[in-house]
Parts: sequence; structure tokens; C-alpha cells
Amino acid sequence: MFEPTEDQLAIIEMVADFATEQIAPHAAAWDRDHHFPVDVLAEAGALGMGGIYVREDFGGSGMSRLDAALIFEELAKADPTIAAYISIHNMVVWMIDKFGNDEQRAAWVPQLCTMEMLGSYCLTEPGVGSDAAALSTRAVLDGDSYVLNGTKQFISGAGSSGVYLVMARTADTGSAGITAFLVPDGTPGLSFGALEAKMGWNAQPTRQVVMDNVRIPAGNRLGEEGTGFGIAMKGLNGGRVNIGACSVGGGQAALEKSIAYLKEREAFGKPLIGQQALLFEIADMETELETARTMIWRAADALERGTADAVRLCAMAKRVATDAGFNAANTALQLHGGYGYLSEYGIEKIVRDLRVHQILEGSNEIMRLVIGRLAVER
Amino acid sequence: MKIVVLIKQVPDTAEERRLSPDTGKVDREAADPVIDEITERALELALTVKDRDKSTEVVVATMGPTEASKSIRKALSMGADSGIHILDDSLAGADTVLTGAALAGALRGTGADLVIAGNESTDGRAGMIPAMIAEHLDLPLLGSLVSADIGSDAVTGVRVSELGTQEVVASYPAILTVTERFEEARFPNFKGIMGAKRKPVATISASELGIAAEVRSTVLDLAQRPPRNAGRKIVDDGNAAAELVDFLAARRLI
Ligand SMILES: Cc1cc2nc3c(=O)[nH]c(=O)nc-3n(C[C@H](O)[C@H](O)[C@H](O)COP(=O)(O)OP(=O)(O)OC[C@H]3O[C@@H](n4cnc5c(N)ncnc54)[C@H](O)[C@@H]3O)c2cc1C
Repeated sequence: MFEPTEDQLAIIEMVADFATEQIAPHAAAWDRDHHFPVDVLAEAGALGMGGIYVREDFGGSGMSRLDAALIFEELAKADPTIAAYISIHNMVVWMIDKFGNDEQRAAWVPQLCTMEMLGSYCLTEPGVGSDAAALSTRAVLDGDSYVLNGTKQFISGAGSSGVYLVMARTADTGSAGITAFLVPDGTPGLSFGALEAKMGWNAQPTRQVVMDNVRIPAGNRLGEEGTGFGIAMKGLNGGRVNIGACSVGGGQAALEKSIAYLKEREAFGKPLIGQQALLFEIADMETELETARTMIWRAADALERGTADAVRLCAMAKRVATDAGFNAANTALQLHGGYGYLSEYGIEKIVRDLRVHQILEGSNEIMRLVIGRLAVER
Repeated sequence: MKIVVLIKQVPDTAEERRLSPDTGKVDREAADPVIDEITERALELALTVKDRDKSTEVVVATMGPTEASKSIRKALSMGADSGIHILDDSLAGADTVLTGAALAGALRGTGADLVIAGNESTDGRAGMIPAMIAEHLDLPLLGSLVSADIGSDAVTGVRVSELGTQEVVASYPAILTVTERFEEARFPNFKGIMGAKRKPVATISASELGIAAEVRSTVLDLAQRPPRNAGRKIVDDGNAAAELVDFLAARRLI
């Protein structure tokens, strides 16, 4: 488990080559221009990155959660924002593959796996984030269709996606009254808010998704009525491991830049790496990132095998990895001095991008809530 | 159609490459081994034929140490169907004559309609191997092409030499070599990577090829490339052009 297999090494090499050639050279410009590179995403999809842990019969890559974590770490070394978007997309495709019937899988999974179509995950609302079970978007059955009304907030990929996986209320019974739906782009009544201006993650759009009497066939319901919250949380377990892997990748890139910089930058008559105080910073970054990586791999393995403690391990991995990644990037900025604060050195972008990983897919406070409750219930 | 692509494992051009002063050979520890970039383009050309016509069989062949199997595996993950690995300690340090004979020997039994190679490699290079193979196997050689059209009955191409541009054509079997003007190689996809280990690789020794591993050329000496000296800067105070002409003339460059 701690030694990648020969196949995994080949996968890491390919993804690293792809990320180095097709993503890294453009990351700064995409960030500056707020450009969402859907063409590059389709290239990633053609290589199998659209449905990494999705079954093969409808075009998935049929790989493991650990494979996915290794892939996201490599992608994030080039650009955490693009890596994170691909991770959200994978979460959506997996949910359709896992909880959809064969008709739904056949209709959506193939083009999502190639990333010719993109998917968005719509849980958060303007009034509810952490307390997602209190969501108020409503779906009402009317003949053989459902009519959806409500607003989703902070939706990644909104406006560019072909399908929106929307969690909506079908009964007033708390989390048990939530149902998942597939809302195709272009459905009358579906519209999007303005692009949110953000601290980071600029290479992917974040918008509101507004549903005003959106009518979809009853066949677009994913799973049974009332199972939506469970589906949303199961998707997030994997999402948390993947977003954590993205943080480790971003942090690792910041660490490597720092080592190179400290070796080259001279002050007080010698390279800065000769200052033991700074060497200790490097040691701490290295240790925290490796700790996080180990936790990510363990959680990925638990998820793969469906062990009883998977939820707990995924929450721990998300918290540890997103903190370690952000801390490493923030320390890297400090180690670069004034140059770290300039866009040109690529460090401040990593700091901006990784900051949000501590907030979304369940904030790190919510991770502690999950871990703490499970600890005292035991 | 059956296409055999000759690939070579070389030190990564993106890293520093060195010759080892003791052996006169490429220092393989100095940089990561990768598939030579030009032979990767040769493979890409073969794979585009396979993209068009799924019945095309693409075989990759290489001569090299045990670790060259990694390059074969990569080629298989990109889409080649099988591999041939000439692996024999007695062939380590083979010169071009021996390498040409060994590769020709391995190609002889394959029934290839077309052999594709790079015009030269990015490490130690002589650019002679494809011509030697053509001689051994009595094949027409379409060398150093800048474009190629692999048809069902014949292959045509454009080659550029110091003398100009030439349009060349050959019927099968034939051997052609590509230059850096050809398309860059594709990335292997995940399915290709996972499937690569199930594809067959034949390992062949020198004795199976019926060749004596005898090196006929020896390296007498080698020297490190001298470090670059600082150039001379000509500041234009009115007669820079004249100074430049003098500079070039003194070195017999004009
Ligand atoms: C760039 C971006 C992209 C996003 N993409 C998506 C997306 O694609 N799909 C989607 O559905 N959502 C998305 N989100 C939403 C994200 O998941 C939420 O922002 C997150 O869950 C937090 O919810 P909130 O913002 O409403 O904060 P709140 O829930 O209001 O929380 C505010 C603060 O209080 C803390 N807090 C809340 N409850 C507790 C508690 N019980 N104990 C201790 N602390 C608590 C939180 O941790 C946080 O620090 C995105 C957000 C951003 C910023």
C-alpha cells in the first residue's frame, strides 16, 4: 500500500507529463484571465480522467480510489484549480454511475467520462452550507415529471456544465426528505448567476444555479425519493479524499519551489538554505505533506474496500491534507520573501487556490464535527 | 498491414546528458531513460495508420539493456500491439555495424510490410542504422522524411536534403525514417497503461539472431565539450556593421 505498483508508476508518469505539458505552462494565464479551459479538460477526459473510478461498461476507467488520489496529486502540482475541478466532475460521474439505473448510466456516463460534457454538484444554497440537510430547494412530482424551484449557491462549473446533479426536497422530513435529480443544461427555467469574483480558483467558474419551475422527466430522479442526502454524502466521501490529494499536490509544488529558491538565493554571505531555521521550515513542510499523503492513501484504501470506518478516515484525510497543503503553500510564500508575494513566482496563486479547500466539501470544522461525534459515540 | 517501429531508449533530453570519460559511452545514470523523441514520433506515425485501420498491426523493436523493457512497455501503453527486445549482455557497447546487423536479424522473421525508424537519435548518433538495415534486408529506404503518406499499396513521402526537396515512393516492403517534423507522440491513456502488461514481448539473444557480437570500431578518445567563453560585444558607435564583417571574415564564416 505504501509503494505504488508498476502500473501506478506508469499512471503517475503519464499524468505528470500531461500536467507539465498541457496545464502548467498556462496555469498563470488561466488564473489571470479567469479562463476555464474546457478543451484541455476534454483532452484529460480522452486519457481517462473523466471517470477514474467509474465502471468500464459505460466508458469509465475502472480504477481505484488510490489511483485517483495519485492522479489528483499530480494534476494539482501543475494547477490546483484544474485538478480540483476534475475531482468535482469525477464525484458527479461516480454518483450517476453508482446510484443511477442502466438507462441513466447509458444516457449520461459516456460523454461525462470523456469530459465532452461536464457535470456540476449542486448541494449548497444561499441559506445553507454546512447544515446541508436543511436545504430548501423543492421538487414536486407532477404527472410523470418533477418541477424544481430554488437556488443553489457556489456551484463549481455552473454555466459550462451539461448536467447538474441537484439535491432537492421532496418531503419535509429533514435529511430523509431529500432526493437527487439530474437536470440537463438548457432545461427551460434553469439559469445561472453572475461569475463570482473569488480569491482563487479563478480558472473555473463559480455561479448560482437558479431553478424557476424547471420541469424534468421523472426518469431523471437518481435513486428513490428520500435517498438524496445519502447519495450526496457518499459522493463527498470520495470528494474529500480527492480534494485532499489536490492540496497535497499544490503543497508539494510549493515545497519544491521553496527548496530550489533557498538553494539559489543568497543573503548574509551564503545561500539561505544554510540557515537552519529555514531548513526546519522545509523539514516541517515535508513531514506534514507526507503525513497527509499517508492519511489520504489510507482513506482511499478504506473507501475502496468499503470499510466501516471509511467516513471517519475520509474526514480526517480531508482535514489533515487541506491544512497541510495550505500551510506548506503559505510557508513557501514566506520563504520566498517579497518575491513570494509577486504573481510571477507562482506561489501566491497556490496559496489562494488551496485556501478554499479548507472550506468546501465540508469545512474543516465540519470534519472535526464528524470525527468528534464518531469518537464519542464509539 | 504490419508495421515495425524501431524505438531507442535514450537519456532524457530535458536533463543534462553526459558521456562517461572512462568508457566513452553515454552515461545512462546521468538522466532518466525515455523513448527517444524522434522514434516516439515514428511510433505516432504508425499509430495513426492503426487509428484509420484497426487491422493494422504495430510492433515495436528495440535493442538495449534490461531496463529498455520500460520503453517497450510505454510504447505498448500508447497503442503498439507487441514488442521485440534484443537483450544480450554481449551486445552492450555495440557499434553501428553490429546494431544494424542485430536489428536487421530481428526484423527478418517479422514479415513487416513497413519498418519505421527515426532518422537519427538524440543521444549518440550516426544516422546510419536505418540505411544499414535497408542493405541487410534489401529494402528501399525512404530516409529523413518530413511527411509521409502510408497508402495500401505504396508509401510516398517528402524528404529534404542539403540539395533540395525530393518526392519519394516505394512499394512494400520498405523502410522509412521520420524527422522531428512529424507529429509529437500521444499520451498513453489509462486503459492503454493497464493493458500494456498483457501484450506480448519477445526477448531475443544474439545467438538466436545468429550474429557474432563482435565490435569492429573502437572509440580512441573523447573530450568534454569546452565550456562556452564569453562572447565579444560590439557596441555600435557608427561602424558596428564593419566590425561585424571583420569578425565573421576573420573566422572564415563569410
Ligand atoms: C469556490 C467555491 C466552490 C464551491 N463549489 C461548490 C459546489 O460545486 N457545489 C456545492 O454544493 N457547494 C460548493 N461550495 C460551497 C461550499 O461547500 C460551502 O461554502 C461550505 O460547505 C461551507 O458552507 P457556507 O459557506 O454556507 O458556510 P457556513 O455553513 O455558513 O459556515 C460558516 C462558518 O461556520 C463554520 N460552522 C458551520 N457550522 C458549524 C458547526 N456546527 N460547528 C462548527 N463550525 C461550524 C463553518 O466551518 C464556517 O467556518 C463551494 C464554495 C466555494 C467557496
